[in-house]
This record gives sequence, structure tokens and C-alpha cells, in this order.
Amino acid sequence: MTILTFTLIMLLGAFLAGFIGSLSGLGGGIIIIPLLTIILDVDIHYAIGAALVSVIATSSGSAAAYVKEGITNMRLGIFLEIATTIGAVCGALLSTIAPTSFIAVLFGLTLIFSAINSLRKKEEHIVLESSPLAKNLKLQGTYPTHDGQVVSYGTKNVIGGFSMMGIAGMMSGLLGIGSGAFKVIAMDNIMRIPFKVSTTTSNFMMGVTAMASSVIYIQKGYIEPGICMPVVIGVLFGAMAGAKILVRTNPKKLRIFFACLIFVLAVNMVYNGINGKI
Amino acid sequence: MEKSKVMTHEKFGEKSFQTIIGNLLRYGVWISLSVAFIGGIVYLMHHGNDIEDYSVFKENDRNIFEVITAVVNGVISGSGEFLIFFGIILLFLTPVFRVLLSLFSFLIEKDYLYVIITLIVILIIITSISFGFSH
Repeated sequence: MTILTFTLIMLLGAFLAGFIGSLSGLGGGIIIIPLLTIILDVDIHYAIGAALVSVIATSSGSAAAYVKEGITNMRLGIFLEIATTIGAVCGALLSTIAPTSFIAVLFGLTLIFSAINSLRKKEEHIVLESSPLAKNLKLQGTYPTHDGQVVSYGTKNVIGGFSMMGIAGMMSGLLGIGSGAFKVIAMDNIMRIPFKVSTTTSNFMMGVTAMASSVIYIQKGYIEPGICMPVVIGVLFGAMAGAKILVRTNPKKLRIFFACLIFVLAVNMVYNGINGKI
Repeated sequence: MEKSKVMTHEKFGEKSFQTIIGNLLRYGVWISLSVAFIGGIVYLMHHGNDIEDYSVFKENDRNIFEVITAVVNGVISGSGEFLIFFGIILLFLTPVFRVLLSLFSFLIEKDYLYVIITLIVILIIITSISFGFSH
């Protein structure tokens, strides 16, 4: 295949990945990796590098809007970044020594887990009383709703959430993904932060988390400009198109369809990984 | 009276920092992607008909300063590939600037606990750079 053909296919594929990633809530990075490795036979290290670049672009792009609206809890984000950056550095170092088949299998399993997690029903829960540690760290906050009201919320189980964030960061460094599913578990399920705040804060944190592993990726040669350019542009525009549709429709049926599609891709990755084909 | 004045002042500070950080993230992404896009066009004009080979990973062991020197030299010589790389490095720098901005924001608010927390994050990122030298 010539580089021009490859670039055009990538651009289209990355657009679809960003689009599906945004509609399914999984993120574009996690979908671009199977696309590159299974369909276009790109080495998984290059795929991880390109995915990480697209994660930084999409997360910074969407975080910009939420920060301005005051939904993002910046203190919470920066505090948890200690955990995610340490995790990301460990994960990136691990990815340089781990066998390719191990990375492929782990990636497939993470993909299955994220797909199932995206279908789970999300209940809103607001704790008013923060734990003492959360109070010392000033992690409680407020966010504005659509009708102009201000909702206050508290936080609990800081240590549990912090540890889970370390794991989220490690998966991010190891696989080049934003690991939104792990971050949501840490913030929603463990720390009891409202859904709106946890998704936007997780987005806010992704750039810095990815940055911590990107330095190692650059030094090891994971960042291949010829792959990154179409991927990052395609994913970003795909994610923007997806976000526009999300505002207008409730994509419940789409979500189930995409989750099944992703499940098939994931099983394929695990299978190829075990057989040593990736 | 005095107290409320201080509070509105602080609130204004936080709000304007949110706007600055929001703008930084937005323009950071668009500027770096424009650079990468121009690089992509140049790259395709010179190498569009070459045959790609991305199926085998070639591991590098260059430290970040060697990479940056190579990128700067490449951009000067008009290489599309390095122009894309330059755009990607700009993209990576966006969150770094964001962290530095939050550091200033906490300094102005005199929130020293969060000044320290932000410094820890910066330290971890610097440590990650040093891994390029150790092996």
C-alpha cells in the first residue's frame, strides 16, 4: 500500500473511531488500536503511540468547554493526577519490556470490560457530607445545572479512589488509552462524585496523564508521524461529529450495537494475541 | 463588607483562571493540529507514493533532547515528517502549560497545599523524562 492510500484509509477509519468512541462513551483511542492492528496490520506499539496522541487531542479539546462552564473540579483533578501520572510512567515503562502478545491480550480484556461498563445503568448519587481527608484536601465542590441552579457535593473514600486512579493511569501508560472506564469507577463508584463532574474531571486529567507516558513513548520511538497525523485529525473530527449527534438523540440502541461491535473486536484481539499473530 | 469584597475578588480570580485554562486547551489543540496538518501535506507531497511499512516496530533509544534537536533541525530543513512531529510535541506541551497555569492560580490564591500537590505532579513528569537517559 502506498503512504497516500494508507493515510486516506486511516483518516476515514480514525473518523469512524472518534465518532463511535464519542457515541459509545468509550473514547476514540480505545477503538483506533484494534482498527490499526487487526485491519491495517500496523505494529501495536505504533498503534498505542497514535492512540495516545489522539487521546490528548480529544480530551484537551472537550475539557476546554467544561472548564469554562465551571463543571470540572480542578482541585480533585490535580490531586488525582499524582496517582495517574505515577501509574502512567510505570505503565509506559512496562510496555517497553512486556511481550507484544501480552499487551494485545490485556488490551482485548480492557476493551471487553469497558464495553460492558459503558452499558451499565448509571445512577446519580450525591453525598453531602465529605470524609475528613476529603475536607482537608478541599475536594468538595459545586457545579451548575442547565436551569441555572448550583448543586453542592461532597466526596468520600479518597484513598480508595486514589489507588484506583493509579491503576487507571497504569492502563493508560501501558495501552495508550484514556482509560475512562477505570477513572469513572474510581470517581463515581468509589468516591461518590456526581456523574457530570466525574466525566468532565476525568477528561481534564487525561492530557496530563497521557503526557507523563508520552515522553517515554517518544524516546522509545512509538510516535510515528506518518500514522499519528491522519489518526489524530480523524479521531478529533469524528469525536466532534459524535458529540453533535449526542446532544440531539438518546443513543441507547446505538450504544448496544457499538458495544457488541467492540466486543467482537476485543475477542479478535485476545485470540490473535494468544496465537502470537499480533 | 470587607469580607465580601475579598470573596468576590477571589471568585473573580478563579473564574478568570478557568477561562484562561479553557482557552489555552482549545487554542493549544488547534494550533498543534494545524502544524501537524501542514506537515502532513508536505510529507504526502514528497512521500505519498512510497510504500508504507509499519508492521514491524523499530525501537528507538533516544533521549528527549536528541529527539527535540532532530525535530528542530528537521523543521528548518523543511521535512514534512518532522513538521508533523513538531505539531505533536506542541500538542504534548498543552497539558504541561495547563499544569503550570494551575500552579500560578494556586499561588495567587495562596493555597499552598495545592501548590505542593501541583509541584509533585510536575516532579513526576520531569522524572519520566529522566527515564530516557537511564537505559
